[in-house]
Amino acid sequence: MMIGAEGASSSKKARISENPVSKNRPYFALVVDDDPMIRRIHSMILKSVGFKVEVAENGKEAVDLFRTGAKFHIVFIDMEMPVMDGIEATKAMRAMKVESKIVGVTSRNSETEREVFMQAGLDLCYTKPLTMAKIVPLLEELQKN
Amino acid sequence: MDVVSQLQKQFIDFSSSLYREGYVDDQFSQLHKLQDESSPDFVVEVASLFFDDAEKLINSMARALEQPCVDFKQVDSHVHQLKGSSSSIGALRVKNVCIAFRSFCDAQNREGCMRCLQQVSHEYTMLKSKLQTLFRMEQQILAAGGSVPLE
Repeated sequence: MMIGAEGASSSKKARISENPVSKNRPYFALVVDDDPMIRRIHSMILKSVGFKVEVAENGKEAVDLFRTGAKFHIVFIDMEMPVMDGIEATKAMRAMKVESKIVGVTSRNSETEREVFMQAGLDLCYTKPLTMAKIVPLLEELQKN
Repeated sequence: MDVVSQLQKQFIDFSSSLYREGYVDDQFSQLHKLQDESSPDFVVEVASLFFDDAEKLINSMARALEQPCVDFKQVDSHVHQLKGSSSSIGALRVKNVCIAFRSFCDAQNREGCMRCLQQVSHEYTMLKSKLQTLFRMEQQILAAGGSVPLE
């Protein structure tokens, strides 16, 4: 079973089963954005389709969550953040062998900037804001896999 | 027509006008659809966060444009953030001014930027007033024992 950050600090860590993802189990998402409004909106959208959601205010907080043993099915990460931006955080997570799907979410339209973000290790990159139309196919993909 | 029905009609008319006049777009409607019993004040909360954000950013833009030597990259950064926030809440007019504003930042055109600053400040003030009216109307309906019509 995939666990969120709360489980990571518990003395009894859940084990990852052979089939960690199933329709009856919750899916865990991490929203990483320095904007509290975006964190609120994206969390709400994800919760509405059944995700359990954790939030982080910057890339360092996100990386630290993984360092403490938290696991997420999917990470939605902003590109521009203070302390540690999305590009550096994504590189750090991949260097730690984080296997979660990592989805970049950015307001930047520049193809060059998005490509740099993708090269950091994203699975895909969306323009803000996240919408149901963007989230539902991701959830369906998680359920298939 | 009883009081609740009257209030509901006024709400629907006012809400429709916000979309018709381009103050808000479908993203605003999507936020309303996310609101439920477990988060009954979600839209008001998001709007409050947007108001805080927008006011800080507009003030930052004004300060940056007042400098003897304007740092257009800094101004652009603030405009970019406001564009992102306004997109996320569905504040269409504010977003559209930000798009024009960014062009003037790219061109390092101080006068154009000042005009856009005035415009974005105006659009933001109008939007805030309209949304506060909308939220007041919702409260009036609920206080009268009715339910807020879905958009």
